[in-house]
Amino acid sequence: MSEAEFEAYVQSGGQVEVGDSMPEDYRKALVKFIEMHGNSELMGVLPEREWILRAPTLQRKLALTSKVQDEVGHAQLIYRVVEDLGKPREACLDDLVAGKTKFHNVFHYPTKTWGDVGVIAWLVDAAAIISQKALLRCSYAPYARIMKKICWEESFHILHGRDVILTMMNGTDEQRELVQEALNRWWGPLMQFHGNPIPAEDDPMYRWRIKSQANEEARQQFLDGYVPQIWELGLTVPDPKLRKGKDGVWEYSEPDWEELKWVVTGHGPETERRLGFRQASREETAWVRRAVLPDAA
Amino acid sequence: MGTARGSSGRGVIWEIFRQEREGQPFQHGGSLEAPSLVFAEAYAREFYGRRDESFALWIVPRDAVKEVREPYVADVFDRDYRRVDGYSLKVKLKEARERAGTSEAR
Amino acid sequence: MNAQELLRLADDELILGWRNSEWTGIAPFLEEDVAFSSIAQTEIGHARAWYELAAKELGSDADSLAFDREPEDYLCSPLVELRLADDWARTIARHWLYESADAIRIGGLKASDDPDVAGLAEKIDREEAYHRMHAAMWEERLRGDARFREAVDELWPFALGVLSEAQRSLLCEAVDRDEVEAIEQGERNDLRPLWEEMTMVRRSVPGASW
Repeated sequence: MSEAEFEAYVQSGGQVEVGDSMPEDYRKALVKFIEMHGNSELMGVLPEREWILRAPTLQRKLALTSKVQDEVGHAQLIYRVVEDLGKPREACLDDLVAGKTKFHNVFHYPTKTWGDVGVIAWLVDAAAIISQKALLRCSYAPYARIMKKICWEESFHILHGRDVILTMMNGTDEQRELVQEALNRWWGPLMQFHGNPIPAEDDPMYRWRIKSQANEEARQQFLDGYVPQIWELGLTVPDPKLRKGKDGVWEYSEPDWEELKWVVTGHGPETERRLGFRQASREETAWVRRAVLPDAA
Repeated sequence: MGTARGSSGRGVIWEIFRQEREGQPFQHGGSLEAPSLVFAEAYAREFYGRRDESFALWIVPRDAVKEVREPYVADVFDRDYRRVDGYSLKVKLKEARERAGTSEAR
Repeated sequence: MNAQELLRLADDELILGWRNSEWTGIAPFLEEDVAFSSIAQTEIGHARAWYELAAKELGSDADSLAFDREPEDYLCSPLVELRLADDWARTIARHWLYESADAIRIGGLKASDDPDVAGLAEKIDREEAYHRMHAAMWEERLRGDARFREAVDELWPFALGVLSEAQRSLLCEAVDRDEVEAIEQGERNDLRPLWEEMTMVRRSVPGASW
């Protein structure tokens, strides 16, 4: 079928499987999009895993280890989908550490306190889940299928995040301050997370039903769901313009789109260090992969 | 189905089928890369069992699975004898009842 | 069984679980990362169960016993304290040796007069079956590798130190190695930095709920 016929096919709900013929641009866009998701899960592990070692109770240690484990598992599911589309996992990892491919802005920032652990699990994961739920309707069926497992596992993370935050908010002044301070630092990246508003008709990802939710719609959904949760705990959002209009649409200060672009192109505060760390661990364990994976027939 | 060999060309891809509850059909859960069946089993348990979400698993090397798309050409000639709507019994039943004197005014 | 012996078991599982969790996110490949992380979590869970038993006797709670003691008061074996985080050969050597030793230890505890201890040992043993399978799987894969063999040689005296003198010959039989002088006490050099990191958040607001 022609590209126009393919577009009509996916827009009317048609599903694409791995062996189906598809326009080369569609396949490339899929690989890029899905690879970035895999990269994000893998890089998202790094800011969180430090806190596994510092978790202040046995229960928190278990829950946080489990959460990070899930994220590694998600990276596995996602890179398998990319590999079946033609790009092997090692090639993805090579490109990631070389800075040739991207990962989400939020994973380029430092985590400074246990307050960050709570805010990430509660709000950053929430922002991610909104996008992930929209991907359940992706036209590429193998990806839509893994999103089902991913969304199910993410639901546990949100509960954990909420629990961590509520415990701190019900605790001491110092603990409440940890949460507020972390929220102040994470608000900017959170507002940038869903990307700058692009009209759906201009977005090929949308036309091909790879994405089925516009960036601004996702952000509005996030604000609608989570700003009330933030305010009801007595926390403040560091944006004086933030309010819900009478028409139900949230107004807010324009996010710093230049910062977003700068960060995702590899200039975040932690980007270089984390990519370096990833590469170093890969190098240290390369002998294991060589020893354990049998030679090709 | 995608590549049968993993990332370095050396691992093997395994398909994992899972039975969600006792008695249910096995459904495809996903795939993973492992050097042998022993490793594949260890990993399949983790990926599809650590939350107690599977009653049983089947682990199959990908190249043992033959995928067949559009399994049957059945729409060229009419095969109504294989479909429920290929049988219309109403008229014959009415005639048979009348013959036997068992039909009632309906 | 007295509280000190329970603490020894708990400390071994806690510190080993902590060490193994250092690999979460950076294991040699993704599938193994998920599997090894479960092992670490299970170890922490077992630690918690032993702490809870000890806590009954000591009038405390599991988290206080796990986190609020001084480093010199931990009773874990030197084997589990060692920092092996960027060395998969030594990590797996420790994993295999510890699981072999622990199987003997748990086997003994299943026969304990104390029903709480025997019952818990039984439950732990069932879960440990998966750890042993995993360790055996890797040992078989790596036994031909010089790096792994050297690691086992290095850690062997430490492994013997996990067990009581009476049980050591059983370990020698299980892994087919000759007995040597066991390393039972350590300098605690690796434990102190681990303890600093492990307790830093908890110490930041003493007495708080987290």
